[in-house]
Amino acid sequence: MTEALESGDRVRCTHGGVSMTGTYITDRDGMAVVKLDTGYNIGVSPGAVHLLERPAPQPAATPVVVQNPELPELAIISTGGTIASRVDYRTGAVTSQFSASDILRAIPELGDIARYRSRQLASILSENMRPSIWQELARSIHAEIESGASGVIVTHGTDTMAYSAAAVSFMVKSPVPIVFVGSQRSADRPSSDNAMNALCSAAVATGDLGEVAVVMHDTTSDDRCAVHRATKVRKMHTSRRDAFASIGMPPIGYVDYPSLEVSLSGEAVRRGTHDLELADDLEERCGLLHFVPGMPPEILDTFEGYAGLVLSGTGLGHVRTEWIPRLSELIAGGTTVVMTSQCLHGRVCDRVYDTGRDLLGIGVIEGEDMLPEAALVKLMWVLAREDDPGTVRALMQENLRGEIRRGSR
Amino acid sequence: MEYDYAEIGLKAGIEIHQQLDTAEKLFCRCPTALRDTAEHTDEFSRYLRATESELGEIDRAAQEEMRLVRRFRYYTYDTVCLVEHDEEPPAPLNPEALSVCLTIAKMLAMTPIEQVHTMRKLVIDGSNTSGFQRTALVALNGTLPGDCRVETICLEEEAAQRVEDETFSLDRLGIPLVEITTAPCMHTPGDVQAVARQIGMVLRSTGKVKRGLGTIRQDVNVSIRDGARVEIKGVQELDLIAEVVRREVQRQVGLLGIRDELRARGASVDPAVTDVTDLFAETQSAILKKAKNILAVCLPGFAGLIGREIQPGRRLGSEMADYAKKCGVGGIFHTDELPAYGVTAEEVARLREHLGIGEQDAVVLVAASRQRAGCAAEQVIIRATMALDGVPEETRRMLEGGSTAYMRPLPGAARMYPETDVFPVSIGAGLWESIETPELLTDRAERFHRDLGLDEALARQMAFSERLLLFERAVAEGVRPVLAARTLLGTIRELARDGVGVAAVTDDEVIGLLQAVEAGSAAKEAIPDVLIELARTAGERARQTPEERVAAAIEAVAPAISAADLEAVVRNVVEEREEFVRERGMGALGPLMGVVMKEVRGSVDGKLVAQALKRELERRAS
Repeated sequence: MTEALESGDRVRCTHGGVSMTGTYITDRDGMAVVKLDTGYNIGVSPGAVHLLERPAPQPAATPVVVQNPELPELAIISTGGTIASRVDYRTGAVTSQFSASDILRAIPELGDIARYRSRQLASILSENMRPSIWQELARSIHAEIESGASGVIVTHGTDTMAYSAAAVSFMVKSPVPIVFVGSQRSADRPSSDNAMNALCSAAVATGDLGEVAVVMHDTTSDDRCAVHRATKVRKMHTSRRDAFASIGMPPIGYVDYPSLEVSLSGEAVRRGTHDLELADDLEERCGLLHFVPGMPPEILDTFEGYAGLVLSGTGLGHVRTEWIPRLSELIAGGTTVVMTSQCLHGRVCDRVYDTGRDLLGIGVIEGEDMLPEAALVKLMWVLAREDDPGTVRALMQENLRGEIRRGSR
Repeated sequence: MEYDYAEIGLKAGIEIHQQLDTAEKLFCRCPTALRDTAEHTDEFSRYLRATESELGEIDRAAQEEMRLVRRFRYYTYDTVCLVEHDEEPPAPLNPEALSVCLTIAKMLAMTPIEQVHTMRKLVIDGSNTSGFQRTALVALNGTLPGDCRVETICLEEEAAQRVEDETFSLDRLGIPLVEITTAPCMHTPGDVQAVARQIGMVLRSTGKVKRGLGTIRQDVNVSIRDGARVEIKGVQELDLIAEVVRREVQRQVGLLGIRDELRARGASVDPAVTDVTDLFAETQSAILKKAKNILAVCLPGFAGLIGREIQPGRRLGSEMADYAKKCGVGGIFHTDELPAYGVTAEEVARLREHLGIGEQDAVVLVAASRQRAGCAAEQVIIRATMALDGVPEETRRMLEGGSTAYMRPLPGAARMYPETDVFPVSIGAGLWESIETPELLTDRAERFHRDLGLDEALARQMAFSERLLLFERAVAEGVRPVLAARTLLGTIRELARDGVGVAAVTDDEVIGLLQAVEAGSAAKEAIPDVLIELARTAGERARQTPEERVAAAIEAVAPAISAADLEAVVRNVVEEREEFVRERGMGALGPLMGVVMKEVRGSVDGKLVAQALKRELERRAS
């Protein structure tokens, strides 16, 4: 019987001696899921469900979004993620589906801050991101700024948002703010953090910032967003609203909510500091390896032929002594190896202990106080532009986009 | 006044919400413990906004709540986790709670749903951090005595407790709750109360429901012919249910009467709102004086009806005020109650003249900021228009005494959205058959009377008591039923009432004490003192067994007295009162009982004392 049913059909189902009407939703684990007229969904045997009528499909209402021509124009580039998601009847799970204009419809207050043009670059969960999409994203952002956007908002799933933001900050030099934003609690719930994060990001994108940033909740309350530098931010919690944290430095600004007042720190790069510039080449043959005690040297065979490898080492920047010969071969074979620390906080220093000195001896580059992920995308970007090992080393140890700081905290 | 309910076509149904006494909450592993709000460890604040259902609609009740942008504050505790904070996805549905829910369903002869889906019921009044309450329909179609029927049983999470205004306490959020909905099968206020009582009894028979005020709440659905379905939320006292129904009938009858009269007069609602701020520039009314804007709504033909009482303490004007309050104003003024509140007769006359209206017409005033006053005037117009149609469908909340006030429109199906983070649960035949149904408390009371020799009142009191399980254990362990029942229901309760911390005395200690009495090592009369001693020393000497603690307590309050010692005490007492004994003979036994009992400080059973006294008196008489 269910094969004949389609989502939205009016049906009658009989169960427990009662006959009820409802709407057929989907098939789940061999059960017919029916939304009863009370709003409850139940799963019943397919044989108990009978078609009453198939309503004619209702054309979706096309909302008229009235934009205020007096306001600055922002570009919203959506890549997916929970800032724009709704339930999928196929799996019953939340997937990203809304376009950028749906975001405007869901958060009308955005219209008081700016005008918007929107572009849907992708509609993917952020774990499905890859360097080629980072590049497309960089080109889209560049194009939007070139055609006059006074700021860019990128909606992104939170899992890999920090990678994308860091990648864009190397590929695009911008006179205007480029703001990454997402939500930790899905947009289909009344308590979602999507609206506040989006409003804060619009406030930042129309403000005085001149670099790539991530704007997300600063606390569990709906009281303030933090503005994080793209190369110094990390997702530090699986689910909390305030999952994002600046590592090794304070946030470069805050946005109060609901006043949407933006305050930037002295360190934040200001609007107009840089000219627009696109450098979108990336060397994709780069990897990041998290060392754990006892990890065999053979694991390094995987990276044979890679142009670059970032190690996330222990403490000051160590891997086991038995790795030295194999690492040495990799480097001799042309792989650039950069050491970072799984401590995340603090600077790598391979001059203190023997293993560290040995690592330096074979040509491992100390990654200063770079986050492992930021070091990875930086290495991709540097290796796409330079092949001279000396220049590569110098660039990896030079602060290009705020990823390295002179002093540690 | 009592109506002919059949004549006016009363139909009523109830929804009973009962908290379950499970170890953990419904969608997280936190305990189901209620806390003192003073113990909160932190607080945070959030805003909520209405979202569309999966069918693309926004629920009307949710939309109503959205009228005001409100910031909600939440108290959190060390017994609460990120799930209650809406900072973590829910854990799987608690199997213990499902099992209790299925037990209740089986007791009501319901049919379980094959595959249970957890839904999100949109509630954006702040009582849920997520903006929805998770709920699942578990079983259908049960029976009740008479021709009444249970329609559904749902397993839900409890909402957060409101501390004040827009502040909520998270300890209660997520406690499992069953919601039992009956058909509209009751036709008198008395029926409703009886059905509520019956369901409450079934729930308590499981031994797995929470007890005490607020742990069970009844919502009552009432309609009369030509009236409308009205849902009254949160009736906590069972004894008030009939009164609530009676008063709702009175309200609907009253509103229908007003409708008829409005129609007869050709009354209408003027959709235009007039700004009359300037008219009150010199007013002495404190409220009007401080308001930035005063707006007037004209209601031609409404005079006298806005002030007509429709429930004790409630008028049509109160209903309009309830609607207006949704916009954040404190209330309204209407001409049926003016002059009053500092508004003079001259001001009213000037108002009427300015608006060009007659004696049959009424005016409603709202005073607030421009935005709030505008919103409130709009609400007054909406409610006044409804009065022309009779009774609006509404969700209402109970006021003290049983009258009600408007809360929000009846929610529709659009407020239900699937909870995508919780997998559906299948209820197979195996699970259903494994559910055992407990004995009904009413049957149990009968058994206690029949088999255990408790009188009917005591048997019923024991069966319905929270100490039922302890009673059954005591009896199983050889304590006489009457002694156990009297101690548990009488002595312990009286001590608690006198401020003794008997709650700290463990079940094992209570049983140990009762067994000691049965074994003759303590007198029945010593029970209160030993309990006081056990309460006083609770937590001390933690390494002692309950038996050791009971023995120590008996020793402390009533040192053991041998038969020889008793004889000596009795002889002393009698000798000291030789004259009295001579005068009264065997009649001295009664008065001397008390004296001896005091001497032995309750260490000896009264019966033994009486025997010893009797022997001594007989010896002397002979």
